[in-house]
Amino acid sequence: MCLWCRIRQKIPKKKKTYYAAHVMTPLLSAPGKKMAAVQDAPMELDAEKETKPEILSDGTSNLSGNTASGTLSSPPLTAGGAPKQEDQQTLIAVLQFLRRNKLTESVEILRREACLEDQEDSQTLDGSGGGKGDGDGGDANSLLSRVSIASAAAPQSTLTPIPVKNDQPDVSVVLSAYSQQGDPSLYQVYYSSLKNFIESVLDCHRAELSQLFYPLFVHMYLELVYNNHENKAKAFFEKFSGDQECYYQDDLRILCGLTKKEHLKGNEALLDFRTSRFVLRISRDSYQLLKRHLQERHNNQIWNIIQEHLYIDIFDGMPRSKSQIDSMSGSFAGETRREVNKAKVFYGLLKEPEIEVPLDDEDDEAENEEGKPKKKKTKKDSMGSKSKKQDPNAPQQNRIPLPELKDSDKLDKIMYMKESTKRIRLGPENLPSICFYSFLNAYQGLTAVDFTDDSSLLAGGFADSTVRVWSATPKKLRKVKSAAELNLIDKESDDVLERIMDEKTASESKNLYGHSGPVYGVSFSPDRNYLLSSSEDGTVRLWSLQTFTCLVGYKGHNYPVWDTHFSPFGYYFVSGGHDRVARLWATDHYQPLRIFAGHLADVTCTRFHPNSNYVVTGSTDRTIRLWDVLNGNCVRFFTGHKGPIHSLAFSPNGKFLASGSTDGRVLLWDIGHGLMIGELKGHTDTIYALKFSRDGEILASGSMDNTVRLWDSMKAFDDMETDDFTAATGHIHLPDNSQELLLGMYHSKSTPVTHLHFTRRNLLLAAGAYNSQ
Amino acid sequence: SSSQSGMTEREERRFAEVPRESIKLMAESSGVELSEEVAALLAEDVCYRLREATQNSSQFMRHAKRRKLSVEDLNRALRWSNTETICGYGAQDALPFRPLKEGELFFVEDREINLVELALATNIPKGCAETMVRVHVSYLDGKGNLEPQGTVPTAVQSLSEDLLKYYQQITRAILGEDPHLMKVALLDLQSNSKIAALLPYFVYVISGVKSVSHDLDQLNRLLHMVKSLVQNPYLYLGSYVRSLVSSVMYCILEPLAASINPLNDHWTLRDYAALLLSHIFWTHGDLVSGLYHQILLSLQKVLSDPVRPLCSHYGAVVGLHALGWKAVERVLYPHLPAYWANLQAVLDDYSVSNAQVKADGHKVYGAILVAVERLLKMKALSLTLAAEGSGAGLPGTTTGAVSFRENSPGLSPPPEPLSEPPLGIASHLQAGGAGCPWEEWTPVSLPAMYCELYSFFGDSLAVRFSTGLPLGGVPPPGPCQPLEGRKEPASSAPNLENTRKMPQLTASMNISPRQDGSPRMEPQPPSLAATVPGRSLARSSSSSVSRSRSSSSRPGRSTSQSRDIFPKARFPLPQAGPPAFSFIIGGRQMGRRCQGRRFQTSFSPTPPLTTHPPRAYAHKLPVIGRVSKPVRRWTCSHYSLHLPL
Repeated sequence: MCLWCRIRQKIPKKKKTYYAAHVMTPLLSAPGKKMAAVQDAPMELDAEKETKPEILSDGTSNLSGNTASGTLSSPPLTAGGAPKQEDQQTLIAVLQFLRRNKLTESVEILRREACLEDQEDSQTLDGSGGGKGDGDGGDANSLLSRVSIASAAAPQSTLTPIPVKNDQPDVSVVLSAYSQQGDPSLYQVYYSSLKNFIESVLDCHRAELSQLFYPLFVHMYLELVYNNHENKAKAFFEKFSGDQECYYQDDLRILCGLTKKEHLKGNEALLDFRTSRFVLRISRDSYQLLKRHLQERHNNQIWNIIQEHLYIDIFDGMPRSKSQIDSMSGSFAGETRREVNKAKVFYGLLKEPEIEVPLDDEDDEAENEEGKPKKKKTKKDSMGSKSKKQDPNAPQQNRIPLPELKDSDKLDKIMYMKESTKRIRLGPENLPSICFYSFLNAYQGLTAVDFTDDSSLLAGGFADSTVRVWSATPKKLRKVKSAAELNLIDKESDDVLERIMDEKTASESKNLYGHSGPVYGVSFSPDRNYLLSSSEDGTVRLWSLQTFTCLVGYKGHNYPVWDTHFSPFGYYFVSGGHDRVARLWATDHYQPLRIFAGHLADVTCTRFHPNSNYVVTGSTDRTIRLWDVLNGNCVRFFTGHKGPIHSLAFSPNGKFLASGSTDGRVLLWDIGHGLMIGELKGHTDTIYALKFSRDGEILASGSMDNTVRLWDSMKAFDDMETDDFTAATGHIHLPDNSQELLLGMYHSKSTPVTHLHFTRRNLLLAAGAYNSQ
Repeated sequence: SSSQSGMTEREERRFAEVPRESIKLMAESSGVELSEEVAALLAEDVCYRLREATQNSSQFMRHAKRRKLSVEDLNRALRWSNTETICGYGAQDALPFRPLKEGELFFVEDREINLVELALATNIPKGCAETMVRVHVSYLDGKGNLEPQGTVPTAVQSLSEDLLKYYQQITRAILGEDPHLMKVALLDLQSNSKIAALLPYFVYVISGVKSVSHDLDQLNRLLHMVKSLVQNPYLYLGSYVRSLVSSVMYCILEPLAASINPLNDHWTLRDYAALLLSHIFWTHGDLVSGLYHQILLSLQKVLSDPVRPLCSHYGAVVGLHALGWKAVERVLYPHLPAYWANLQAVLDDYSVSNAQVKADGHKVYGAILVAVERLLKMKALSLTLAAEGSGAGLPGTTTGAVSFRENSPGLSPPPEPLSEPPLGIASHLQAGGAGCPWEEWTPVSLPAMYCELYSFFGDSLAVRFSTGLPLGGVPPPGPCQPLEGRKEPASSAPNLENTRKMPQLTASMNISPRQDGSPRMEPQPPSLAATVPGRSLARSSSSSVSRSRSSSSRPGRSTSQSRDIFPKARFPLPQAGPPAFSFIIGGRQMGRRCQGRRFQTSFSPTPPLTTHPPRAYAHKLPVIGRVSKPVRRWTCSHYSLHLPL
């Protein structure tokens, strides 16, 4: 199953071949083992061969919106068996491709997983060859469409209409869905008659049925464009675009520029819209009303569109109010279907390993003089005792193989516990102090910041493709000595760790050079030995903070990588980029372990769940997805943001998620129930930074509007009582209490806040580049 | 065609458009002739592609966390869609776009650059400064939010170069020669609202009093600096009050090197310092818990230490006087009988060698007189007030005294009641309270007090006092009568008996019991100055020295015990356990100035704040009156990024 969904995604073909074989291997049984080599995958594949079955990956990626995860055992069917058919064909095509490339093992596994018997022999692939027929030379060079055509493997040097025929078939398949339906001149009549109907129905139904406007409008417009009714399309747009919800403005702006069939072919975003089913949630009563109306009027045109391009999720019960609908809508793909968020998510924290902690009082303040007898109490740490019994919501300890703790990790844990005893208890009455790290003279452009967990190091990614690391303590940064010098060191000495450092290299900051494009994401490993950076150049790089050199360049995205994040236990990391997928990596593997595909647009930010079993991604398609690391399934799908999501943060207990977007709103989500539980309004610009305090009482948000705001997250979580009904339907009514929840707002002079971090004692650190204009 | 033109009009409102004429011109420039339709189609397509590229480029802008779309963003979008990028438009400033009327041409102004000139130019730009990170605490405990938006709260400003420069200028002006400059500097220090970050620096400078005890002028300037800081309404002194008080106390109490020369008017300095002390106390006393107690204890300690020189005693008396009559009543008055004996001895010695000491003694005498007069006046006044307040209260009883304590807020000082001192100084209190009538202090009735005082001062008190005595008071019906009445009970106390006979006795007999007594009752000297600075360090090093010294000097002392006490007291000889402090001062005065340095490094610590911040800055400070050597090897990168987390 997991293979199935992954293969359908648009990954560069060359990678795919590895992948097909590689995915089969479960996540490493023991991390640290050498990569399970994939010898059977032929590395050198003909570019030609590779590109042929492209239809499969693209032609069906449209479904990813619905069945993105593969969790859903049966594809959603509303109108006939067409999608099923399509799925099957795609599957068969994949099999043929694999067979052609002699990947027999993969073929076997895929067939087993998809329960396919030999039936594919009896079918023919209509896409692989035939689709090329109607090539009309339209170039598909758009940024997005290139995802589907030959990528790094097949170098494209020219900018003229290049091997476009490779991806024509899938485009034509997609577009062929727009067959001529009805008289184009009557589209306005159809639409306005529906509009009149909806405006005439009872108030309670009107809000629900109004949801139809936007998807219908877009589909009808695209249909007109596709069928070369340019002027009619323009007139249609002119007449009805004003009726759409304001949060669709960005989409409308793209639409109105698009008036030619040729343009449509290159526009990946709209192709996705076209092929993914826009999800609407409508009560049964309202749906019946609509159906009756359309049947009475014989408005088949509208009805067909609804049947083919929309997915109406019908529920029993009270129709939702306008505000309820507005809070959940706004995404590029409509709302979440209810069953998507029903899967069980183990959001609890893993049991902390028990570490013997010497609780010696005299370590910090050496105030005790020799008079006092030294008391060395050893106690089982408090952290261990707290989580003695397994949290019922926690995943199994070994659900994801995690690296074993090294001695240094244990020491760090002890430090952490000591620090946390000195932690300030925050609350509405006791707000944290804020400490601002301003980057000065950052003319090249600061694009990303990260702090280590112990707040000792600070890394900045810059638009000039450098990464810089600063020490946030008086301790300077030093490199390890060269190999020749290391040989001279007495390895038995107690202070060998000190001796290996080269004092000559001590400095306050270090520059890391290696990327060839702006660095959009940086992330420290929890043990502070490594730093990850993701860049526009399509790579993620792993840097050693001992030698301050690059260790690995992880290639796979091939398009700008917008974000990367280390697992809280180290070893794994996740990255997401312009290719619309997020990838899970292990530091010792040069290939990704998982590819999380399903977003309809760029994956803009990625975060690991505190228990490392899940990964959350935010996207330009205005949705958030939570992925299970174990099997690659999408287990949560959150809609409600009205703009691209640029920041995500898990609460320390793993139960809640906060997300911030360009619309200036922070949304709070209950992961267990899969519900939106809060909306924090106030910011006037994109929110680039979100962080919960160490105990989760305070949520800090930092934005382009030069402010840091503190929110009472405890109150936000408590106010939202989730009874069974709301949990079952997901129809929440958000209280408009942003003002009550806002505990503080702090302006910087002219410094957008790019990163926030709570120290172990709950001091809030903010970082940003001073903007002199 | 008409509908088409209508369309374009509409579209023009929506986006920028490239007219087909431009397309044709561009084609012509590359040698291609385009038909009208082709040009129209091309124009439309070009527009679309431009829009698409712009839309794609906006995400590069968003991820670079910028608001302004740059040429680089567009180029990235073009590159990723395999289109040739545009060159030559990367400049930061806007490029002027100029029309050419005749040809309907628009072009970017592209001036010629004279390379020779450029090469020979001397003002070569330095290049941009290095990227760095600066940290500053913006908001402490969320309190900054009360400030107007966009400003950083003054209390937590970071230390900028400008501030450092300001600091240097101010210190230079205050400690320099120009009196006018000093006045300006002090005035600014008093009113500047932006110097919060410099407070530890100034406090540190002021703590330098210990190193300039030979220079009255400098001491005076430093005290003025204290005054300015205290009066600055924008400064929150916090626990620095302790350090300031300790510096001021130093000026009041210590036998300053400057006082060796009788021509130096150190008395005025002490008076001024005492006034300043009371000012600090009344205005900022609430910032440090138990401050009042500590001050009183220190003063009492000095007063009860006969080894101290008379100028120290004088300081203690004026200090108590400045703290209000309550302080006089509680400390000076009960102590007077014991002290009187010593003073009397000095005053009665008419030998030539004693002339200077005797002059000092008169100073002390005068100071005590002023203090007790005020005490009597205020007490009488309080009694009348109490009597008026309570209608028919019984004057002269304890109830009157108690009720007074409640209804004269200005003068009954302790911000926290004496009976419940905070834990921090409880030890002090106990140490001091063992021997002194401290806890079990009971108000003495006014007549009794008057009688006793009269017994010391005689008519000099009566004459001056009677003039200002309020009528309503019952108190002195006549100096004689109460005196007689009080005589019996008063004489029952052996101490009092002794004192009154004092003049007739030899000094040695009188003093020796005191000497034995004082170290015993105060094993841990509660003096503020002695207790404060990193006690363990100072004590361990100095006590060893003092011990050796005392052993060597003891023989000489024992021979002429009685005579030694006061005259030599200016260079006090250490006793068994007296404060280490006086020794060090003495040592320095003997000409070994460097010896005293150890003390200056550990300037008065402020327990909650620790000495950490000032020490971190130590090497940045110009040091007053001593060889400047870094105090600590605080070599690490000053304060740029370091923040105690």
